[in-house]
Amino acid sequence: MAELTYRDAVARGIAQEMSRDADVVFLGEDVAKAGGVFKATVGLLEQFGPLRVRDTPISEQAILGAAMGAAMTGLKPIAEIMFSDFIAVCFDYLANEFSKSRYMTNGQVKCPLVVRTGNGGGSRFGAQHSQSVENWCMMIPGLKVVAPSTPRDVIGLLAAAVRDPDPVIFFEHKSLYATKGEVEDGEIVDALGTAKIVRAGSDATILALALMVPRALAAAEKLKAEHGIDCEVIDVRSLVPLDTQTILRSVASTHRLFTVEENPRLCGWGAELVSIVADEAFYHLDGPPVRITTPHIPLPAADFLEDMAMPTVDRICGTVRRSLQA
Amino acid sequence: MDVLMPQLGETVTEGKVIKWFKSAGDAINSGDNLFEIETDKVSMEVPSIEAGVLTEIRVKEGEIAPVGGVVAVIGPPNGAAAPPVASSVPMPVPLAAKPTPAAPKVTAAAASAPRTPLKLGPFEEVRSPKRNFGPAKLPNGVTVTPLARRLAGEGGVALSRLKGSGPHGRIIGGDVEAALSSGAPRTMAPLPAAFADPVKSLYRGVPFEEIALDGMRQIVAARLLEAKQTIPHFYVSADADLERLLTLRDDTNAAAPKDTAGNPAFKLSINDLVIKAFAMALHRVPSANAVWASDRILQFRRVDIGIAVAVDGGLLTPVIRQAETKTVFEISFEMKDLAARARSRRLKPEEYQGGVASVSNLGMYGVSSFSAILNPPQSTILAVGAGQRRPAEIPGGGIRFTTQMTMTLSCDHRVVDGALGAELLTALKSIIENPVSMLI
Amino acid sequence: MRFGPCPRRQPCYNSAGQAYFMAKTLTQTAVSLRATPDDVDVQLRLKLYRMLVEIREAEQRAYDLFLQNLVKGTSHLSLGQEAVAAGYGAAMEPGDLSFCTYRGHAHTLARGVPIEKVLGELMGRDIGLLRGKGGSMHLTSVEHGVMGSYAIIGAHLPIACGSAWRAQYKGAKDVSVCFFGDGTTNIGAFHEALNLAVVWKLPVVFVCENNLYMEYTPIGEVTSVEHPAADRASAYGLESIVVDGQDADAVYRSAKEALDKARAGGGPSLVEYMTYRYSGHSRADPAKYRPAGELDDWRENRDAIKIYRQRMLDNGIAETQIAEIEQDARRKVDEATEKCKASPAPPLEILCTDVYADGGWAWRN
Repeated sequence: MAELTYRDAVARGIAQEMSRDADVVFLGEDVAKAGGVFKATVGLLEQFGPLRVRDTPISEQAILGAAMGAAMTGLKPIAEIMFSDFIAVCFDYLANEFSKSRYMTNGQVKCPLVVRTGNGGGSRFGAQHSQSVENWCMMIPGLKVVAPSTPRDVIGLLAAAVRDPDPVIFFEHKSLYATKGEVEDGEIVDALGTAKIVRAGSDATILALALMVPRALAAAEKLKAEHGIDCEVIDVRSLVPLDTQTILRSVASTHRLFTVEENPRLCGWGAELVSIVADEAFYHLDGPPVRITTPHIPLPAADFLEDMAMPTVDRICGTVRRSLQA
Repeated sequence: MDVLMPQLGETVTEGKVIKWFKSAGDAINSGDNLFEIETDKVSMEVPSIEAGVLTEIRVKEGEIAPVGGVVAVIGPPNGAAAPPVASSVPMPVPLAAKPTPAAPKVTAAAASAPRTPLKLGPFEEVRSPKRNFGPAKLPNGVTVTPLARRLAGEGGVALSRLKGSGPHGRIIGGDVEAALSSGAPRTMAPLPAAFADPVKSLYRGVPFEEIALDGMRQIVAARLLEAKQTIPHFYVSADADLERLLTLRDDTNAAAPKDTAGNPAFKLSINDLVIKAFAMALHRVPSANAVWASDRILQFRRVDIGIAVAVDGGLLTPVIRQAETKTVFEISFEMKDLAARARSRRLKPEEYQGGVASVSNLGMYGVSSFSAILNPPQSTILAVGAGQRRPAEIPGGGIRFTTQMTMTLSCDHRVVDGALGAELLTALKSIIENPVSMLI
Repeated sequence: MRFGPCPRRQPCYNSAGQAYFMAKTLTQTAVSLRATPDDVDVQLRLKLYRMLVEIREAEQRAYDLFLQNLVKGTSHLSLGQEAVAAGYGAAMEPGDLSFCTYRGHAHTLARGVPIEKVLGELMGRDIGLLRGKGGSMHLTSVEHGVMGSYAIIGAHLPIACGSAWRAQYKGAKDVSVCFFGDGTTNIGAFHEALNLAVVWKLPVVFVCENNLYMEYTPIGEVTSVEHPAADRASAYGLESIVVDGQDADAVYRSAKEALDKARAGGGPSLVEYMTYRYSGHSRADPAKYRPAGELDDWRENRDAIKIYRQRMLDNGIAETQIAEIEQDARRKVDEATEKCKASPAPPLEILCTDVYADGGWAWRN
């Protein structure tokens, strides 16, 4: 057992899988010699050599296209897209190519690859380097979508993603890179499609992802201490496949649902979850499901404005309290 | 072969012929341009893909044809007979079963196993509630949360009697739970739980027609389900020799006076005689002339017998009252009247309620024997099979064919024990085989 | 036609594999090519001709089936461009991998995929290569090394790089061959892929079929250079190569050279083939934008099959043997057509299969 940063967990997770399987290769911009712009891949070039850990030109289409070509002919590439905002530059590969190749070819073409990308706000980078774009990927049949919130989950879910036979988009949160957590020694492999109840509670269920998980937990403690409201917090972890059973079971016991989403409001992942709960668990609800999101705006750069835009502990507390009393 | 209007673009639905390069009767080579068409998007020459003779132009210059429509017909060269054209697309194989994706492989090292992917039909990725628990707003203006509505519906709690403790007086789940735990009497029946979708899901891809339940079907289903599930049935069977009963019937019917039009005054059926015989048997075995009444048994002095009558869409069981006192002729007349009114659904409720026993006769369908479900609260029901020629041992040895009939008596064991059931059936058999007693 | 004489700096290759420089018009070049003596092996010649004719017949049948409303959706034909697919089909080794575009029927057939599988896919029948789940634009047959047909312009150039990277990393000797049209040369992925392929020295051959038109617009009207691929080659440190795409021998020789170079670790090649599309861009395009006489000129003077047929006769192959190949091709296409017409539509059971690796489409528990 050791304390590890989320950042170091990324390198450990990649190294764990590259050591295990010689077919795992890694490519991206500044990932090899420089160790990544977020220093999340330091040491991999030295450990695995330049044929397996490759710096690419600033060519996002070439990165994802090459990852796909390698995956469909036998390798298990991990590709890094530096900022998740840049997915827009190479969206063809996510939207049209490796997500659909298996279906279109009647099962002939397989693309076991992982796209890692730095996601989310809080770094004062402005509107083009701060977005939470999980929903861009969640809407595409054929992709799997994961977003860990702890160093341990980074390793375990990354291992699961590399070993998964489908293309997985792996969202690392930039504002979590410096956070620390206890991680056991030895190999760690988690399972995709499993949500985690990170705090048990009886009065309301709060769903959160990535950076919003620690905020939801803090809000839950505050609601308990100040208002006696006992919230259950679930780290959704995996948007596709989606662990609806854990969520539906929780709502069946608390009868209230809140989502905490970093994305702008329209078509966020919480909207899909609320719709599932409203449909399947309608008669378990004792009040309307409520979404807490960033307003439907591009993220501003100034620290004060960005902090106000993203869901805060206080906003989560206030919304839950008012909604339960409304 | 037919020359069709081609689809010139994904959204184009029709095309206009703007020029014909060939005339009817012209010889056509494969690849010759036949006509030019124009759509809202393009114009294009359409060549022939067959050689032959242009026998017919169906869409003339300036006319419009839908995509896939026949524009012209090309016949074989030299007037040879055209081979039949298989034009229809073979239909897809109907959906026999929904695809069942296998569970994903999980590595042994996985920290926790992923839940099994949900197996749903292609257009049922989310499962909506199968039941509706009533409106969110009550007639008195009080609102009720979905949870409270479900708990009330499942628990049989009348929401109108509850006071809401939620914001704005809203009735919330806790209010219903409090009402349930306080032991307050339930004021309405819990809603039935069964709905059609699980059954329908088993027949996906199989064409079916949905038939809504009418009142009769609902009552038949509910009463017989209740009977079969809550009444301890047992069954006794016996064969009766019908020789003498048939002789009696035939002789009696032959003696029937006729009116001026030649119609007989009566026409007894075997069923009329069986009803009479069953009534007499119940009268002779009074312990069986009784019904179960939850905490006691009701034993009757008179014998009221229900007769199952098949009607369009179900069945009714009109009751002949005091059958033991009625002559077989009276029973016959009354039966004809009741059956006719049952079929036209003009029976009054009191005409099919009550009774101590019933007769269900499927003999006219050629059925040898069957077992009937009790018609609650009655305690016995007699299932009558067809009269059939069967070998029988005759006194002094030897075999002879006689007309026999199998009768199966279903009994409510709470009222009629095995021995009593046997006694009743034996009495009935005795009366049928010695039918003259029915006329005394 | 905006396309003019070829500048001197771009060598062309004749059917004997000798470099030459295009002199006047393409038509005149083709005439001179036909007169060139050559030394191609007879068996290879017969094989190439069989491919040319089968592709021509199958594509023509696809068009006929469209006129009968039996081919639905869209389809993009290679009528006129057969020689490029055939030349590469003959030159590629069995383990080599093809990456095609939506105009990929010809390249798929050239790797040995049965005709009924291709026509059946166009017709949306169960017999189709992809059981109707892909359609005309996505023909794929992994067992034949056809790693897909890609309908987003340029997308497959980086993918071919990835496949070549795998071969390089694994020490495999296969070459990834990527076919695309002139229009692809103006999209970003083209340039990203060329750069990456050169930087990583990948065993990949980029095959540009310049048929003079992108979709409806002549490539010359919207491109900064005369030769959309070859003129860009120097930007990536590659040799600028233009080859007559109507001469199957010339295609074969240039393909062999590029494949050998890649296999030997010499890195990527970019080859531009001059060719012509007889049909419109897609089935809904009557190609009215072409100048009068252009199509007739190509059909008369530069048709790949006519050129090759004459060359076979000139080299002493009997007319009867040639006619037999032609009849065979027609019969094969006829038989394939009948098989397709008899095949049912795909069953509804496959609607939701193979979205994910578990065989299904379940996204939740």
